[in-house]
Amino acid sequence: MSLGLALTMLTLIVLIPLAALALRAAALGPAGFYEVISDPRVFAALKVSFLTALAAAIANAIFGTLTAWVLVRYNFFGRRIFDALIDLPFAMPTAVAGIALVSVYSPKGLIGQWLAPLGIKIAYTPLGIIVALIAVGFPFVVRTVQPVLEEISRETEEISATLGANRFQTLFFVVLPPLIPAILTGFALALARGVGEYGSVIFIAGNLPFKSEIAPLLIVIKLEEFNYAGATAIAAIMLAVSFLMLFVINGIQSWSQKRFGHG
Amino acid sequence: MVLKSFQAGLLVFSLALAAGPIAPAFGGQEILNVSYDPTRELYKQYNALFAKHWKETGGNDIKINQSHGGSGKQARSVIDGLEADVVTLALEADIDAIAEKTKKIPADWKTLLPSNSAPYTSTIVFLVRKGNPKGIKDWNDLIKDDVQVITPNPKTSGGARWNFLAAWAWAKKTYGGDDAKVRDYITKLFQHVPVLDTGARGATQTFAERGLGDVLIAWENEAYLALDELGAGNFEIISPSISVKAEPPVALVKGNADAHGTTKVAQAYLEYLYSPEAQKLIAKNYYRPNDPSKADPADTARFAKIDLATIEDFGGWKKAQPEFFGDGGVFDQIYKPAK
Repeated sequence: MSLGLALTMLTLIVLIPLAALALRAAALGPAGFYEVISDPRVFAALKVSFLTALAAAIANAIFGTLTAWVLVRYNFFGRRIFDALIDLPFAMPTAVAGIALVSVYSPKGLIGQWLAPLGIKIAYTPLGIIVALIAVGFPFVVRTVQPVLEEISRETEEISATLGANRFQTLFFVVLPPLIPAILTGFALALARGVGEYGSVIFIAGNLPFKSEIAPLLIVIKLEEFNYAGATAIAAIMLAVSFLMLFVINGIQSWSQKRFGHG
Repeated sequence: MVLKSFQAGLLVFSLALAAGPIAPAFGGQEILNVSYDPTRELYKQYNALFAKHWKETGGNDIKINQSHGGSGKQARSVIDGLEADVVTLALEADIDAIAEKTKKIPADWKTLLPSNSAPYTSTIVFLVRKGNPKGIKDWNDLIKDDVQVITPNPKTSGGARWNFLAAWAWAKKTYGGDDAKVRDYITKLFQHVPVLDTGARGATQTFAERGLGDVLIAWENEAYLALDELGAGNFEIISPSISVKAEPPVALVKGNADAHGTTKVAQAYLEYLYSPEAQKLIAKNYYRPNDPSKADPADTARFAKIDLATIEDFGGWKKAQPEFFGDGGVFDQIYKPAK
């Protein structure tokens, strides 16, 4: 019963739309498909999308884990409010996030005006895309790491210390290993979200071809040209690469789960 | 007299019957006008004007629903099934696309209303910061070393295509039609563009609110609207020596209107755009009226005399669209891989 329900859901909201996508892209034929993906501009946009998403996911894995740590292990004034704020990027329309970030990081913005004289430009560069993706992906890591961290008792660390481990050893050999599967899950979610993100990025990216043009924008451009097949071809490549990455991350995860337990 | 009002009553009755199944909640008829972004203010006022006129001339109550968005996106919605009775878009190519893909608009739609089915036109001007600190007067000033230009992406914005063509028209005349020099100018121009927003409103915001760039290339009506809404003291409008005559066209979506039984009112809705009252309203909203003699002279006096190229100078949209903005077209060639 529950298996049937799960399969029906999966079919209706994932498999059928994906099949329709594949079908539309297939209308191009192999030669047409190759023409779309061999376009240097498409390649450049895919590179921008995947590299910025990767950079943002790495930053989120590090700072998200740290944030989760602080929220679990420290009791400070306003902790609950801070904790609730973490989820806000989930609830906010991404366009609002994008506009807010631009107004802060543009050369005349709140923070941007202090960085501009130093030659650091954030808005309208790939760096801006990374900032936007960190903002939308941040909750994923915090929320996946937090519950696992809560399960690990403080005593484990104390035991490690009494057995003669220094702080560095405790962190890397005792605390971190059981967290790795959770960090990887958060990392994968943030990465997947970042690759496909359009709403917030479009306002901060600058959208210059070969520099800060993301693959989802190229899809929109193809649609504007009423070129549905070309748009789905790019979408199909993005999905294929994303699937491959998630597959690899899942593999690492199940390996680390066996190795370190937890999850 | 009695007979006439009886006839009118009968007409109202039969029209109401026809509209019945579509609009059960509303006694009169409803039509949907699918339009593009900057026409919000214009059509809000025009719809009220037309509804009043329609009732006075013996029609029944009419409710006009509006939908606004990027011109290309709106065309796609209609192609994908949005039941528009009329479309009032930024580009001929967008209406052509609907005609081609759905057959709901006759292929010769452009000839069905006066002046290429364009009841109003507009042009492309520059918006600069107060006092014009960079001394921008014409297109050649836009490629000076320290000038940053804001214009949206012609691939995603209808208005940006007009911007592009206006620059091209100027360069073509200035360089005596030397194609290599014209391309060189356009390439340089886009090297001065730090951000390519996806739509005209986005570009206006980047310029006006984020404070980026020295000059915004914009629709004339958008530029005036920006003066109105963002403070007349902050910006100035500069008219270049050459620009383009943008003709945002309108068309009846016959397939949909016939199915709704709204063909007659929808047709009247479009024709009334050419009336003196509507032309006056159009000029008031900073669009250039088709027939300036009907408009308030104070309104038309605001429009600078600019040498205007038309889309026909580019061989019409059917040729210009793929040549300049299509996949691999001139605009795509400007951007080369950064190596």
